[in-house]
Amino acid sequence: MESFVPFIVIMLGAATPLIFAAIGELVTEKSGVLNLGVEGMMLMGAVSAFAVSITTGSTTLGLLAAIGAGVLMALLFGLLTLTLLANQVACGLALTIFGIGLSSFIGKDYVGKPLDALPSMDLGWLSDIPVLGPVLFSQDLMVYAAIAVVAAVAWFLYHTRAGLVLRAVGESHHAAHAIGYPVIRIRYMAVAFGGAMAGLGGAYLSLAYTPMWVEHMTAGRGWIALALVVFATWRPFRVLLGAWLFGGVTILQLHAQGAGIAVPSQLMSMLPYIATIVVLVLISRDATRIRMNAPASIGKVFHPER
Amino acid sequence: MSPDIHSGSASANVSAGAVPRLALRGITKAFPGTVANDDVSLALRAGEIHALLGENGAGKSTLVKIVYGLLQADSGDVLWEGRPVVIPSPAEARKLGIGMVFQHFSLFDSLTVAENVALGIGDKTPMRVLEDRIREVSERYGLPLDPRRPVHALSVGERQRVEIVRCLLQDPKLLIMDEPTSVLTPQEAEQLFTTLRALRDEGRTILYISHKLDEIRALCGRATILRAGKVVDACDPTEKTARELAQMMIGSDYATPAGAAEDRKTGEARLTVHNLNLAASGPFGTTLVDVDLEVRGGEILGIAGVAGNGQAELLSALSGELLVQDAGSVRLEGVPAGHLGPRQRRAMGLGFVPEERLGRGAVPDMSLAENALLSRGTGDDMVSRGMIRFSRAHGLAEKIIDAYNVVAGKGAHATAKSLSGGNLQKFIIGREIMRKPRILIAAHPTWGVDAGAAAAIHQALMDLRDEGTAVLIVSQDLDELFVLSDRIAVMYHGRLSQSRPAHEATVEQIGLLMGGVFDTSDAWEGDAHAS
Amino acid sequence: MRPSLELRSHTPRSILYLTPVIAALLTAFSGGVLFAALGYPPLEALYAFFIQPLTSLNGLAEIGVKATPLVLIGIGLSIGFRGNVWNIGAEGQLTLGAICGGAVALAFYDVEGVWLLPLMVIAGTLGGMAWGAIPALLKTRFNASEILVSLMLTYVATLFLSYLVHGPLMDPEGFNFPQSRLFHDSALLPTLIPFTRLHLGAAIALFIVVAGWFVMARTLIGFQVKVIGLTPAAGGYAGFSQKKVVWMAFLTSGGLAGMAGLFEVAGPIGQLSPSVSPGYGFTAIIVAFLGRLHPVGILLAGLLMALSYLGGEVVQIELGLPLAITGVFQGMLLFFLLGADLFTRYRLRWNRSPAAGTAAGAARPAEAREEAA
Repeated sequence: MESFVPFIVIMLGAATPLIFAAIGELVTEKSGVLNLGVEGMMLMGAVSAFAVSITTGSTTLGLLAAIGAGVLMALLFGLLTLTLLANQVACGLALTIFGIGLSSFIGKDYVGKPLDALPSMDLGWLSDIPVLGPVLFSQDLMVYAAIAVVAAVAWFLYHTRAGLVLRAVGESHHAAHAIGYPVIRIRYMAVAFGGAMAGLGGAYLSLAYTPMWVEHMTAGRGWIALALVVFATWRPFRVLLGAWLFGGVTILQLHAQGAGIAVPSQLMSMLPYIATIVVLVLISRDATRIRMNAPASIGKVFHPER
Repeated sequence: MSPDIHSGSASANVSAGAVPRLALRGITKAFPGTVANDDVSLALRAGEIHALLGENGAGKSTLVKIVYGLLQADSGDVLWEGRPVVIPSPAEARKLGIGMVFQHFSLFDSLTVAENVALGIGDKTPMRVLEDRIREVSERYGLPLDPRRPVHALSVGERQRVEIVRCLLQDPKLLIMDEPTSVLTPQEAEQLFTTLRALRDEGRTILYISHKLDEIRALCGRATILRAGKVVDACDPTEKTARELAQMMIGSDYATPAGAAEDRKTGEARLTVHNLNLAASGPFGTTLVDVDLEVRGGEILGIAGVAGNGQAELLSALSGELLVQDAGSVRLEGVPAGHLGPRQRRAMGLGFVPEERLGRGAVPDMSLAENALLSRGTGDDMVSRGMIRFSRAHGLAEKIIDAYNVVAGKGAHATAKSLSGGNLQKFIIGREIMRKPRILIAAHPTWGVDAGAAAAIHQALMDLRDEGTAVLIVSQDLDELFVLSDRIAVMYHGRLSQSRPAHEATVEQIGLLMGGVFDTSDAWEGDAHAS
Repeated sequence: MRPSLELRSHTPRSILYLTPVIAALLTAFSGGVLFAALGYPPLEALYAFFIQPLTSLNGLAEIGVKATPLVLIGIGLSIGFRGNVWNIGAEGQLTLGAICGGAVALAFYDVEGVWLLPLMVIAGTLGGMAWGAIPALLKTRFNASEILVSLMLTYVATLFLSYLVHGPLMDPEGFNFPQSRLFHDSALLPTLIPFTRLHLGAAIALFIVVAGWFVMARTLIGFQVKVIGLTPAAGGYAGFSQKKVVWMAFLTSGGLAGMAGLFEVAGPIGQLSPSVSPGYGFTAIIVAFLGRLHPVGILLAGLLMALSYLGGEVVQIELGLPLAITGVFQGMLLFFLLGADLFTRYRLRWNRSPAAGTAAGAARPAEAREEAA
């Protein structure tokens, strides 16, 4: 039990950036847009949050900056794919390459600077309950926020009219356009939300998970978030489940080493990536399941006059 | 909702007097190349089911799209309950009280029934209230539906119910049904008729578009017949025989066609299909059931039928784009080929002209020289040791262009998408014929092609037949089939009737078979599969 | 008046060739603005970035050194992209090529022979192919996204290399530095120009450019890739196999990336180290697009991208700007290109009465078609 508690605590932390990025991408994809630039948006969020926090001393401003940076990146993607009708796959890749470069560029002066981690919540006696206390009531605010966002997205998508329209646009942009819904505007909003969430996910990395800035510190988490959306078959709560699973895999290596298992650290570090591939294969092999759940018009260019 | 429906039907009853609910006067609508509606007049009364009868291309769809605000007429008047109206959009049509159920439903697959309805009617009724209203309406009219089920899990008949319920929630006075039974099983169709009669008895008007004769006789009180965009007749279908209706629909002006030779000397069977069964691939696909056919060298077999009765599936199974389980159900010159892909079948002497000429028969962005290669393989001396001989491909394209009078600005360098439909079709037909195929399958060979090109294509196909090739033609155009075919068979609901020599077949018989009347004494005797 | 877009029926060649040039110019301009915003004299910085590397023989040779992997990989990727196969894990395939080829060199670290280098090239190429075969297999068998699988494998490959140079392949006399023994002379690529690092790999890359052109323009398999990529249904009609195209794309691009990786370790680097590439596998994606997926274009784009690496190094030394400026320039270039591509597919038109004109114009042909059917 004693090693179990810190395991859960770290797992929740490792999962949080994935939850943010994946839930944002889920909304984007539900509207019919495939944005492969999550990694780039996360990095921009991470570096902006770090730079602003360290300059102003305000974590809140840092988080806002991360949201802003993510949204700006996403709008750039939206401009190219939604207005200029460019290929979504190519633009997503471009966004990632650009984000890696620009974040390293901006973050040059911040490498190696220390920052205090986000404070954990202290809920008084609740946090002192054995086992449950540390697990449930002494995380930092962002861990709870991530879970709340997933719940909010689930509610929005399946219990509001706007969510219904968003899903309809992702299902068939031509039919939605014919009924009279503004396809492009709705997609811009979904893409921007995806950017904001990716930015927050990045911010969590540089402010809380490992409170510092390192070039390309996301290390593929943006891509894992994309895979998580497939794993979740586009259902919000399954994103949560998937992210916790991956969080568990990510920190398995620490515990394996702690337990004296003599597997080189690099090989253990491969686990999350290999797990992603295994999960993708398991989910994708059922082609009808993907077809039934994936937004039908995902990745397709929409030009109303065609 | 229920008060709305009652008040709606009450007002409907009031106006059931002399003023027609909807009157069309002199509606004309032209598209480049065709006049789809030519001076069409029509009056629909309250409380009637009115049939709009006609072949494909007779102008039915255009007319109802004008009524529903999807298209605007070039000239003519629309009167709604006696008042002249302009219907600029479907939303306006719905405000007047006009609802329409489309042939191919505009539903969102992954959403539930209630969600689809909510998106369509566009007001902000809470979902729970809407679900109750859906249950209420669906029970009231015998349209059982679970509002919470996702649409992709519904049968085609249930999907149609969603569309109908969506219309009924808006309490329409006029309901337009476009070929509603084309995708339904006979049992589902029977259930639909019960609903439609109930709606009629409430005083609603139903405009029922179909080419199925028995249905119209069973359901409709009046019928207007369209042919080539004009109203040719109006009648009470219950007083007519199916044969008479077919006659009106197809016209008597082309009696028994000439062109088909009497008894042609045919060779050995080259294409044999026996007990071909194939499951439908999507919600709008058709399942092929026990299809049998045989085409001999030196003859043309024509397959008639209304689109969507399984022709596309049959063609894919014959070309090799869809493989069939039982290899022996498709034989090329006696050799089982059902398991072979298009390239292998081509190597065995099969030529194939697909229905979709741009995007399947040709790559739009490639030159004609490159497109000439699409149906060529290693055996055609265009390719040697994996390398393409472009000078030969270019030469072949030029040869096709010359031989078939293809008008292409830049000759073999012109991209496929720069050609007109007729010229591209001549190019594709030429490409297939130049291979000297032993068997040629052509789908809708002159569909959307101008008269000159059509004549040239017909001549080319007949020449090929005379040289001893087995030719199979699938077409909706009866004129074309009678001109070309030596034998004709009809496809309906995934089944193929037996064939009959073209000079013995009459237009009426074909019309009846196309309308699904497989088992009356009017159709040829007992040789068609009952459906 | 309001602009609207209309699909082109024909793309003029001039626009096809002009857009990359325009994108490059826009990038240079934005770069100048960026330099100015950061407080550096824009013209001098631009000169340092774009021109200075070209002023010495060594600079030119270095461009060749950096263009070699970019062009090799870009050619391979372009084949896949033409067939709608998205291999974005070339970096991983490059790494595997370096590992496999390097392992051969290390296995024979005390044996010299002319056969060694060819053996290393074969091993490197096969290593890249094997790494590329994984996403191809998972795509064709299980329908798993080749984008995500190939990318995940990049991280796996990098970690594997790191493990090797920290463990089994570490130089026993290397004071525990995470790198292998230095390759001996017969395991190193001969240089083409004395006193520079330009190696035989550059000549092979040029050959691959020609071969790549030949495959795509002259062979049946290249034709099949193009047809499947442009119009899958026409590929089905012709009887071409989609799966075969996936395999062909991944084996070719993986093999070439593997070869490029081997060239890096047997050329400029001369040993296995934790990092064998500054992201060539990703930059090659930009190279492929910028080169319009055409081999000659890819050659030119590869040279330009090599310049961006070198330019980044020069401004780092001269102006103290971070090396990451290279990535910023590369990203901007790709954005401008993708944005400008709009005009290769659409024509801008100014309509007087936008709503009525476009709606009717769009509706009519579609309706006419339905009516005819």
